Amino acid sequence: MPQSRPQDPGLARRNRRVALGAAVVVGGMLGLSFAAVPLYTLFCAVTGYGGTPMIGGPGAPGAAADARMITVRFSANTNPGLPWRFQPGQPSMQVRPGEEALAFYTAASQSSGPSTGISTYNVTPEIAGPFFHKVHCFCFDEQTLAAGQQAEMPISFWVDPKIAENPETRDIRTITLNYTFFRTLADAERAGALAKAGPHVGRASDATPAGGTPGSSPRSVP
Amino acid sequence: MATASNTHDDHGHGHHDHTPGFVARWFFSTNHKDIGILYIIFALLAAFVGVGLSLLMRIELQSPGMQIFADGQAWNVAVTAHGVVMVFYVIMPALIGGFGNYFVPIMIGAPDMAFPRLNNISFWLLVPALMLAVGSLFVGGAGTGWTLYPPLSNSTYQSGMGLDMALFSLHLAGASSILGAANFITTIFNMRAPGMTLHKMPLFVWGMLVTAFLLLLSVPVLGGAITMLITDRNFGTAFFDPAGGGDPVLFQHLFWFFGHPEVYIMILPGFGIISHVLSTFSRKPIFGYLGMAYAMVAIGVVGFVVWAHHMFTSGISVDTRAYFMAATMIIAVPTGIKIFSWIATIWGGSITFKTPMLFALGFIFLFTMGGVTGVKLANASIDVVLHNTYYVVAHFHYVLSLGAVFSIYAGFYYWIGKMSGKQYPERWGQIHFWMTFIGVNLTFFPMHFLGAQGMPRRYPDYPDAFAGWNLVASLGAYVSVASFLVFIYVCFRTLMGSEKAAGNPWGEGATTLEWQVSSPPPFHTFDELPRIR
Repeated sequence: MPQSRPQDPGLARRNRRVALGAAVVVGGMLGLSFAAVPLYTLFCAVTGYGGTPMIGGPGAPGAAADARMITVRFSANTNPGLPWRFQPGQPSMQVRPGEEALAFYTAASQSSGPSTGISTYNVTPEIAGPFFHKVHCFCFDEQTLAAGQQAEMPISFWVDPKIAENPETRDIRTITLNYTFFRTLADAERAGALAKAGPHVGRASDATPAGGTPGSSPRSVP
Repeated sequence: MATASNTHDDHGHGHHDHTPGFVARWFFSTNHKDIGILYIIFALLAAFVGVGLSLLMRIELQSPGMQIFADGQAWNVAVTAHGVVMVFYVIMPALIGGFGNYFVPIMIGAPDMAFPRLNNISFWLLVPALMLAVGSLFVGGAGTGWTLYPPLSNSTYQSGMGLDMALFSLHLAGASSILGAANFITTIFNMRAPGMTLHKMPLFVWGMLVTAFLLLLSVPVLGGAITMLITDRNFGTAFFDPAGGGDPVLFQHLFWFFGHPEVYIMILPGFGIISHVLSTFSRKPIFGYLGMAYAMVAIGVVGFVVWAHHMFTSGISVDTRAYFMAATMIIAVPTGIKIFSWIATIWGGSITFKTPMLFALGFIFLFTMGGVTGVKLANASIDVVLHNTYYVVAHFHYVLSLGAVFSIYAGFYYWIGKMSGKQYPERWGQIHFWMTFIGVNLTFFPMHFLGAQGMPRRYPDYPDAFAGWNLVASLGAYVSVASFLVFIYVCFRTLMGSEKAAGNPWGEGATTLEWQVSSPPPFHTFDELPRIR
């Protein structure tokens, strides 16, 4: 079969070099797409983007003398996969910027066995994220409740007084703190509630998949 | 003649049109022209699937109520398959694999692609990819839309293996595209004939070069994103699942970092074709050649930093929205340079309205219309209202279904004589153009009205208030499908016909290198590498 491959060894070498460069670019972009996963979290944690509160920062500096009070409201959501009643202990509270405050949520398990949840969180308005510091929070760790157990979940936080100096945030009077509790994947797997991509993959589970596969029968296009 | 002028003498046969047997030629092919033809045939076959699905969808939407689809999932499966097949298995193979493979080496005076065997792999990866995509329809399908957003695409809501097959199909198509892109970049950088500097390259080659770079930079990100989706679905990871610390919005970022360059990947080669056709049939050189070339480069570069305009309603901050809105609108500047340069090219030209020219003029009209609605949608504030309505469907069909497809048709009529050695029947070509032009406008223009009135996309049913324009759109779709059948008839007439195409049937306006060889070009295009002055 006739080959139209270039005979010039110099050209072949240059071709290989360009192709190698292309392979490096492809590998780099593939690596970046996976690096995006931790970088995405890191970016929010550092900048407070999307209302991400500051964690692990300095302690509360103490109340500023002339600081205006800020209302902190508390919001709670529970993913249907987690059989808990999760509610704020107080609808809202007044805090003085710079002063550490303590608030509670209550969670009551309605499960017949132990269940483990973990929550995601942010604050609204989103631009208040860099000014909202969490000192201790139940949301930093997984929480396990025994069957029918009710627990008080504490959170301590303080609002940076600089919120009154930043032109974009000085008008903020109310910050809403929000949590959404999810069942942890490990717990869902233990309870047989982990959704799987159908019977063709994954370990066969004895338990009936409670959390997922609604309407799972394959449908075909007419 | 520094590079490869003696290539063929080494084989000891002076006769340059020595072709291998059928199986060796078409199944083991390493010849860029044969692979290009395989790609075009592949795109045509895939188009039957894509067009067929759109016909089913328009039958469903012709009147309110559920007609032929069982339920919403079946509908979503059809929507997804239509999008995936059209994007990855019709438009990209036709423009990049087909015309790109066939004409890039000829236009730059190269003996073949830099890596002919890689080229063969690129094509044959697409065949199992299409089989997986079509096969997924019969095992539950992928009811996610081509955007594949979690949580809709997670194992809770798409539990069948249909979506996994669709994801592997995208993986194969992506691998094919990456290999092809590396091949094009190497070919264009290293294998140009003596004297063919970058600034003398035909605009189609420029379009392909920018496209190849976009593919190289964006497709691996899609590969990464759908790999994470596959492991999330099947192996218990939680990249996009908040229960395990993931974030579904991250998928949207990754997807659109690929997805937005992807829309330029689909249109840039078309830009090149349109430039050639307008120049040829106006008998004038292209107006503002360098501006045209660098406008494509600018579109490619800026195209990478505008992705979040697809996510204005995904909860991103107002400053971020302002940036992505401004950056998106900036793309209208290089695009405007191209539109106005095209108009300046035909201005005062000696125009002949052959079929390719009609499709090129149709392209300018339709692409401009789609571009204008694009500028409107780029406004973050307006997009909140129009997001996920039929206005968006109208917009992207005007730039893709009508823009990219018209450029494919323009390229087909422009080059079919060159590729097959037979000239197409002009009368049937004109009939095809007018049917397509009327049909697609009748289909997609009413969707602007439907979208502005708030009809959401991806539903098989709608309130009675939307019935009128949906009926019009469906009637237009039937005309469009009929025009596709006319196109098949044109292909049949062309290949069965006896009208031989001359080496250059278009006259003095056609100046690029492919018109200086016979029709069809010999198996090895250039006995001697051309020297470009």
